[in-house]
Amino acid sequence: MSIDIVGVTKQFKTFTALDNVSLQINSGELVALLGPSGSGKTTLLRIIAGLDWPDQGEVRFDGEDALSRSVRERNVGFVFQHYALFRHLTVFENVAFGLRVRRGPAKLPEASIRARVNELLSLVQIDWLSDRYPAQLSGGQRQRVALARALAISPKVLLLDEPFGALDAKVRKELRRWLRHLHEEMPVTSVLVTHDQEEALEVSDRIVVMGRGKIEQVGAPVDVYQNPATAFVHDFIGETVRLPGEARGGSLFLKGQPLGLDAQGVGDGPAQILARPHEVELAPPENAPFAGKVLALRVFGPNRRADVEIASDQGMMVVEASVPLDRDISVGARVGLLPHRYRVFAATA
Amino acid sequence: MSNLALPLARRRPKSVLPGFGLTLGLTLTWLSLIVLLPMVGLFAKTSELTFSRFLAIVTAERTVHALQVSFGLSLAAAAVNAVLGLIVVWVLVRYEFPFRRVVDAIVDIPFALPTAVAGIALTAIYAENGWVGSLLAPLGIQVAFTPLGIMVALVFIGLPFVVRTVQPVLADLNQELEEASASLGASRWQTLWRVVLPSIGPSLVTGFALAFARGVGEYGSVIFIAGNLPGVSEIAPLLIVIRLEEFRYADATAIAVVMLLASFALLAIINGLQRWSERRGRAG
Repeated sequence: MSIDIVGVTKQFKTFTALDNVSLQINSGELVALLGPSGSGKTTLLRIIAGLDWPDQGEVRFDGEDALSRSVRERNVGFVFQHYALFRHLTVFENVAFGLRVRRGPAKLPEASIRARVNELLSLVQIDWLSDRYPAQLSGGQRQRVALARALAISPKVLLLDEPFGALDAKVRKELRRWLRHLHEEMPVTSVLVTHDQEEALEVSDRIVVMGRGKIEQVGAPVDVYQNPATAFVHDFIGETVRLPGEARGGSLFLKGQPLGLDAQGVGDGPAQILARPHEVELAPPENAPFAGKVLALRVFGPNRRADVEIASDQGMMVVEASVPLDRDISVGARVGLLPHRYRVFAATA
Repeated sequence: MSNLALPLARRRPKSVLPGFGLTLGLTLTWLSLIVLLPMVGLFAKTSELTFSRFLAIVTAERTVHALQVSFGLSLAAAAVNAVLGLIVVWVLVRYEFPFRRVVDAIVDIPFALPTAVAGIALTAIYAENGWVGSLLAPLGIQVAFTPLGIMVALVFIGLPFVVRTVQPVLADLNQELEEASASLGASRWQTLWRVVLPSIGPSLVTGFALAFARGVGEYGSVIFIAGNLPGVSEIAPLLIVIRLEEFRYADATAIAVVMLLASFALLAIINGLQRWSERRGRAG
């Protein structure tokens, strides 16, 4: 089922959670809403589910208005960050809940309910836990139960609100691989809310980056990472080195000196040059656009990081650069920085 | 050094929470003085009676009836409080309305009011010429000076026990549970019945037990409204007082022993019920 979100605005007292947001989600797609906390991603998810209503705008499922339907009529599976399992029911009964509350012609006979629940429990690989209570399960197992419970009602849309946020890193990694696999087996239109960029990049077909109630960029994971549309996206996804500069006539300058870098179409005025740490090379100070003193050195996994102090129009600023392990530099040395791949944006504020 | 330290460590296992011996000692001493000693006295006094005399006292028609009135009406009043108290809790926890804090404070009045004052006030209201009593009289319903009056008094004094026990539990109940239930297609009623009630069930049982225990022992508010007709509206605590005033101390303690044992048995059942329902929710 496709989902259309048109001009949705939501205000909580004086705080604007969503500001005229429009988004199209295709049938069978797994979309990640990625953003820092307070960006409105969870609010958008809850509006799609019918747990919140927008002040303005429309939500359509397959072209039909969804806002006139309550959450129980929308047939959406919702997975909560903290599982929200019914602790007085066994794993089996938790999964069966959505089938047992059906009334009228939709009601299933007991045998069908049992068959369906067992099928789901083996799908999420916890059939051996069916008689346990939620309190006896680990976090990862609980989230599998929550997912099976949401899938039991054969939802047209699966909504996941930071589903792996409460799990430790190893389980999280394992579960998101498994979720991706599950989605390929059972392509239900899914929306995943997360603040974890790695999770979004790994799991989703498309990423929607949100910031301060607005959509900053929509695109495939590779696109969003390699061609960020705004400085916000560049900064939020992946690590960012921020270098100062000023655009003038299609070139970049620093303190009146030309940097020899392309302004990439940014209009005249203060600019920011953003690059990934591994795309900024150390160079002899006289041949590099930027030069400064090394303030500190840190070993950081396979490579080292250097804090380099650079003079800019706004005073001194510290830039973190990546240094190969075999490169011999020391604190206090003067080094040059050469970004060989970078993006230029107009400086805000 | 290490030779010395070893036996010491063995003698006193280390604990994060020191003071176990001291606090347990204080607890036991205090409980003995306050609770156990009077109970021993109770049984000692009763043992002055021969067993046949004891049986005769506790199976006398007046005693049996008084016990029936006390336990029956206490259970009934606790049940009424469980239902109506739950509604009060629901309203206080789930809705925002003006003067909510005032309403919340009103719930505590039965705790604070001297029971005799409550009894007199209730009698005045429910007597045939009272505010409520005069409305009920034409319908042929008499509250004051009947078992119904006792029940009204017991409902009054038991209400805060249910409300104050269930309130924090409902307030802590994760709203997401109800959202999950609704997203799975449950109606509001199904959510209430299948999710909310089972979650607050154990606390409701506790509230019921407290209200019941309070009702069985209640004296002050009941005697004013009951009419105290032997065999009709006489409660067991009153009968005990009557026996004391007749200087038949052993008779009084005999009834008290039966009340104590019956209350103990009932509370044990309720506790068992509660533990069973809690175990279903936690570990098993």
